[in-house]
Amino acid sequence: MNNPKLTAADYPLAEKRPELITGARGKRLDEITLDAVLADAVTLEDLRITAHALLQQGEISAAAGRPTLQENFARAADLVAVPQDTIMRVYELLRPGRAKGKDDLLAAARELRETYKAERMAAFVEEAAEVYDARGLFKRRF
Amino acid sequence: MPADSTPSPNRWKRFSDWDERPLRLDKFAVEDAAHGFSAFSSPNDAKPGVIIEAGRVASMDGVEAKDFDMIDSFIAHYHLDPAVAPAAMAMPSLELARMLVDMTVPREKLCRLAHGLTPAKLAETVSHLSSMEIAFAYSKMRARKTPGNQAHVTNAKDDPLQLAADAATAVAFGFDEIETTMRVARNAWANALACAVGASVGRWGTLFQCASEEAEELRIGMAGFTSYAETVSVYGTERAFIDGDDTPWSKAFLAAAYASRGIKMRCTSGAGSELLMGFHEAKSLLYLEARCLCLQRAMGVQGTQNGGIDGAPVTATVPSGVRELMAENLIAVWLDLECASGNDARTSESEIRVGAKILPYLIGGSDLICSGFGSILKYDNSFNPSLFNGEEMEDYLVLQRDFEADGGLTPVEESRVLELRRRAVEALSAVMEELGLGAPTAAMKASVVAASGSEETASFWPRDVAGISAAIQDNGVSVIDVIKALAVRGFREEAGNLLRIVKLRVSGDYLQTSAVVRDGKILSAINDPNDYLGPGSGYRLTAARKQQIAGIRDVLDRDEVMRAESVHRPGEAVKISYRTMGPAAVGTDKREVVIGVSPAFGVKLFRTVAGHPLSELLKVLTEGIREKGGVPRIVRMRHTADTSFLGLSAARLSGSGVGIGIQAKGTAVIHHRDRLPHNNLELFSNSPITTLAHYRRMGENAAIYAHGEMPEPVVVPTMGQALGSRHHARVALIYAIDTELTEDGASPEEIEVTWLGGE
Repeated sequence: MNNPKLTAADYPLAEKRPELITGARGKRLDEITLDAVLADAVTLEDLRITAHALLQQGEISAAAGRPTLQENFARAADLVAVPQDTIMRVYELLRPGRAKGKDDLLAAARELRETYKAERMAAFVEEAAEVYDARGLFKRRF
Repeated sequence: MPADSTPSPNRWKRFSDWDERPLRLDKFAVEDAAHGFSAFSSPNDAKPGVIIEAGRVASMDGVEAKDFDMIDSFIAHYHLDPAVAPAAMAMPSLELARMLVDMTVPREKLCRLAHGLTPAKLAETVSHLSSMEIAFAYSKMRARKTPGNQAHVTNAKDDPLQLAADAATAVAFGFDEIETTMRVARNAWANALACAVGASVGRWGTLFQCASEEAEELRIGMAGFTSYAETVSVYGTERAFIDGDDTPWSKAFLAAAYASRGIKMRCTSGAGSELLMGFHEAKSLLYLEARCLCLQRAMGVQGTQNGGIDGAPVTATVPSGVRELMAENLIAVWLDLECASGNDARTSESEIRVGAKILPYLIGGSDLICSGFGSILKYDNSFNPSLFNGEEMEDYLVLQRDFEADGGLTPVEESRVLELRRRAVEALSAVMEELGLGAPTAAMKASVVAASGSEETASFWPRDVAGISAAIQDNGVSVIDVIKALAVRGFREEAGNLLRIVKLRVSGDYLQTSAVVRDGKILSAINDPNDYLGPGSGYRLTAARKQQIAGIRDVLDRDEVMRAESVHRPGEAVKISYRTMGPAAVGTDKREVVIGVSPAFGVKLFRTVAGHPLSELLKVLTEGIREKGGVPRIVRMRHTADTSFLGLSAARLSGSGVGIGIQAKGTAVIHHRDRLPHNNLELFSNSPITTLAHYRRMGENAAIYAHGEMPEPVVVPTMGQALGSRHHARVALIYAIDTELTEDGASPEEIEVTWLGGE
């Protein structure tokens, strides 16, 4: 993408750059209306954010001096395509004492990377595996 | 031994009085750093410091990288910017503290420096500031310019009808966010649906969350009912974190998960949580909180709910505890986080402590002043009572008006609230019927519309709600179904409002720092940044907003007072007549007591502030004078309405030299012609509590003075009422009616008074 990075001047995107925004199935903002909902032309899927929109919001965050917020949006962009059940499973695995060892987390990271191309999130889970190992978090809790 | 058997007092009784004050229900703890009871510093707190080697943090706050716990690791990796840290950490903390309160140092510069500051450095810096400096710095450093507020909407029965009505009510009062939770965990889906419908009544834009178990909360969000989450808690020690059943990585994962679903999110942390959980490592409350806050910025969440929260009451038990709550909020905004600044869990039974606690936030502003404000009655608050609650809503509205401060709320007319409550209850009932969730009866609905709290409703019980909640979940009801049901049943406006809230997810604009919706537009730290650089900058109330805030109910004006007075004109006209007999002369009768009445007495004004008809007042006054052998004569003064001069002028006309001056509002004086104007014989200044019996004794005493004797002065007992606050607005308006009729140099008129005996 060679488009110039978005800044605060483009915000709010829904007002200033609506042409950049679509729902998860490609619907434009002006197509998401009450009448379209009543005609079953708009579903909950059309009201989901896209990875693209999250990355665009990240550009705005970074331009406003908030690099960590941008990183979170980037991790979130990774999770957009990950199904809810998988998200809840990985979240559960990251909680203390759930994973039996490093390998459980590394397997989850592999799944995120290979199945969902969630590279950032995979690296994040791998990092957790290292830290949990060092801090003894794999021991079973009752 | 002496015979005196009078016992020696063993207690000053004032202490017994103090024992009965609500304050004494509060418990206080000594400072004890070893056991975690220290607000600002503990010998165990880390000393600020950072070593960067090869672009990585090799040591932070005295701990080497190899010894980092999970929290240190996360902060060192994701919060600390190695490019900023060396220079920022090299600055003396006192210099940083001065920059925080220096109005010429822009917020952005300080936020940038914070990227390189460790928890210990942040804590040390804000410790240099007094409470006033913290409040000022907070006001300068908070992220969004326009202040806002959040409400709790819950009830003791988890009754969805009441939730809908109370949500609509909270929206009407102007809350930017509403938060619900349940008495019974499985009622979460019913709570969520009910509040989502209620919050769509009246206007659109109020964000809504349903605090429940982490996984379920996310599922409810996925179904579209909620628009934000804030109960993602973090802690300042590793043991507390693990006991909270999470890690920085699991919580950061959850943060990303919320954003991936287009749902706004903030974390929660606050002083005292580690103390309550038993893992405080003997560190100060502020230092632990600084760790929590650096962690939140590291996680990349846009904001925090911070300022004690559930730990606020325990924090307020230690010396400097409330100052600590302010200090941690300051660190939050310095780290550029949206701050929902606590002021929720009630920190005291003392209303004075409560009012004092809110003031810095009210006058300084905050992204969300309370997180939240109990918009319902105390007993209905399923989070526990808030600092402010439904009972005290009007106190808060008046505080806004007093200080010309935008606390995020707007007074609403009684009839409007009733209309919105009715609409919300009807809308929810329609949705329940459409979706086969239930059919509330007219009696249930009516009870909820009128009820101040759930003790007054005849509606759903938690057991009924469990069935409703299960049906919503089992049938896979989503917000789309609710929108359709609303529209089908004629609630098209509410359907549109609800859709607009869900549609916010698509662009994600409201995921940016400090985002709320105002007048249908997103307002956040991006497009409404706090640009405070001294007087004339930053947030200022517009004329329209001032007017809104001033618009509390039952406000007196002159027309209102005149109307109230004129009501009494006919009643007085049948009881008394005043006949003007021409200029009053100086009397010669040594028994004479002249009563000097004010210009509007019985002409435009007809009763005292205490409500006594002036006909009766004059009757008892003259009877009292005669009782003690005096001879009353009534004169209307036209040159003054001032009590002292009414009295002195009357005394100078009196054959005995003793006169009474009395204003229409009932304030009176006994005077003597030889005394200085403000050095009278007796003054009756508290007209609201002056009874007819007092006026009768006033007459008696005046007659006794006329004989040259000294009576027992009349004491009008006060019970300590704030008479000024109760009466002065009306008194000033009434007195102006009296003074308007005065005329320079106009001479006193003899008045013949006849009591007509009418009722």
